[in-house]
Amino acid sequence: MSLENTTPKPAPALDRADVRVRHDDGVGGSLRAFLDQIRSGDLGMLPVAVGLVVISIVFSSLNPIFLAPNNLVNLLFDCATVGVISLGIVCVLMVGEIDLSVGSISGFASAMVGTLWINHGWAVYEAIPAAMAVGAVIGGLYALLYTRLGMPSFISTLAGLLAILGMQLYVLGATGSINLPYESALVRFGQILVMPHWLSHSLAILPGLVALASGVRVIRQRHRANLSAQSFGRLVLKASVLTAVLEFAVYYLNLGRGVPWMFALFVALVMVLDYLLTRTKWGRSLFAVGGNREAARRAGIKVKRIYTSAFVLCSTLAALGGILSAARLASSSQQAGTGDVNLNAIAAAVIGGTSLFGGRGSAYSALLGIIVIQAISNGLTLLNLSSSLRYMITGGVLALAVIVDSLARRSRISHGRA
Amino acid sequence: MTGKTIGTLPRGEPILSLRGISKSFGAVSALSDIELDVHAGEVVALVGDNGAGKSTLVKVLAGVHRPTSGTISFCGREVLLDDPGTAMSLGIATVYQDLALCENLNVVANLFLGHEMKPWRLDEVSMEVRAWTLLNELAARIPSVREPVASLSGGQRQTVAIARSLLLDPKIIMLDEPTAALGVAQTAEVLNLIERVRDRGLGVVMISHNMEDVKAVADRIVVLRLGRNNGVFTRDASQQELVAAITGASENAVSRRIGRKEAGAFKAAEAGEGREIAP
Repeated sequence: MSLENTTPKPAPALDRADVRVRHDDGVGGSLRAFLDQIRSGDLGMLPVAVGLVVISIVFSSLNPIFLAPNNLVNLLFDCATVGVISLGIVCVLMVGEIDLSVGSISGFASAMVGTLWINHGWAVYEAIPAAMAVGAVIGGLYALLYTRLGMPSFISTLAGLLAILGMQLYVLGATGSINLPYESALVRFGQILVMPHWLSHSLAILPGLVALASGVRVIRQRHRANLSAQSFGRLVLKASVLTAVLEFAVYYLNLGRGVPWMFALFVALVMVLDYLLTRTKWGRSLFAVGGNREAARRAGIKVKRIYTSAFVLCSTLAALGGILSAARLASSSQQAGTGDVNLNAIAAAVIGGTSLFGGRGSAYSALLGIIVIQAISNGLTLLNLSSSLRYMITGGVLALAVIVDSLARRSRISHGRA
Repeated sequence: MTGKTIGTLPRGEPILSLRGISKSFGAVSALSDIELDVHAGEVVALVGDNGAGKSTLVKVLAGVHRPTSGTISFCGREVLLDDPGTAMSLGIATVYQDLALCENLNVVANLFLGHEMKPWRLDEVSMEVRAWTLLNELAARIPSVREPVASLSGGQRQTVAIARSLLLDPKIIMLDEPTAALGVAQTAEVLNLIERVRDRGLGVVMISHNMEDVKAVADRIVVLRLGRNNGVFTRDASQQELVAAITGASENAVSRRIGRKEAGAFKAAEAGEGREIAP
């Protein structure tokens, strides 16, 4: 008998007992798991990454200004407004519904802030919550129509699109647009205010540190519970890559004006929603309702409340997005929230990987998706193309994004990943 | 298995009694005047043909459908089961025929759906450990609890659904066709499980079309036919008696088929006698 045989073999971890499962450890394993995942239609963030590289190459070769720091700073200012709206869209898409009126809600909210603040003399910190509350009420109304009367959200929000646009025009009255004062904090927040360099650099370290700390905690917990865990080395690698990427981005933006506070607000909202979606019972219920509504109901989830929370959150965030865009444009006008705002908000979520069919998605899809969409729109503006061409190109890109989503979904089904 | 309810319910006390339960969907009355008692530590098999109302009855008890009339008493108290959550919090666990799993969620998320540990900061590690413990008790062959349920086979999904029903330490478990999608070993495991659950003093209601499984574990066999009670049998009842109650006649497709088979076998035997066997 050899010596090896006498040493007792450690009991396999609780989740490693099945011999049929290949466990992808190490760098090679990670790569193989990643390729398998892509092949089965679980694309994750890949389309966005590829899209951003292609966009950067194409536009910067056509006009080098595209990648200039100050242009990117402008890009991030623009991202924050529609991005916040798109964040709400992620919530409703998650339960397999849609809100087509987010553009109108954002326009109405900006009109309300303008009239209450400038025409009626309210304080701006009173006008903003009031506009957001009205947004919440609209979402509650959609939820009521859907859960009590079974009215499809597609129809009710389409009706809402027109009705709320009407309300926006009514509120603005004959003048049609209200200018917001340039020296006010709100407009400065939407146009000028950037973080001090030291602060942006310190904040860029935080995500890596948090990932490291929570990762170490999870590894310890899992080992204590006799479960397999990812290796410490891989965790450190992930955290340092994340920190390096963020620090470089901040450094590059600081070569220009710096990181906009408005964009920081957007990112903070994304992180809060991500926590809610992935780490709370509410988020889990949202996924469950989107995946199989009847199963969720039978598991004791209050399905109507989940739908209501999704609709209310969506329209409240849409109102906030409208207020931010009023700040960005320094005006509340009849054009606010019209045109491609609706479509951009929905497409951003889908491009980022949130499924139109419910039950799949993440808060980060709003962030990444809106960067892609604004990059395209910004690049086309720099090229001085006529709006006819710009609409056609943007429409084509959106169609492409939805095609990728549909194909990926088909592939997921055939690979048994729903 | 860690049960809070062990020993709290003396064997033989009725946990659940139904009196005059009716349920109609529009003009169709799926159930009329159903009487049913389930005692602690007892396995009641619910049998009947397709459309006899078995699954409807289970859904009424699970709080999915509201009965049109009749009363349900649980542990001696009359209760209103208007919501799946109510039934679950009383201690009525259900494994549905369609399993009611969310395919986009992984096994752990499905097991704990609606009952997650630490609602504002999900405790994934404890949930995963509990999931593995439960699944191992059921001798489940689940490759990974972190894969979406969509990637599991029918039998694996069934095991997940059964494991979920045991999670909340229920007082009564209802299984709608629990062995329909299972292999030989898993079927035996589920039958063992049913006996273990019964021995812990829980009530079990089991729907099955498989008479062997029914006779193997049931203490009482309740027959439904066209939405009505059609007799209660012990497990010693003969196959013919049961089939007659299920189909409503001693002259039925099953008996005719058996008769034809016997006649055929007789003929074949007769024909074989005259033939010479080749060396």
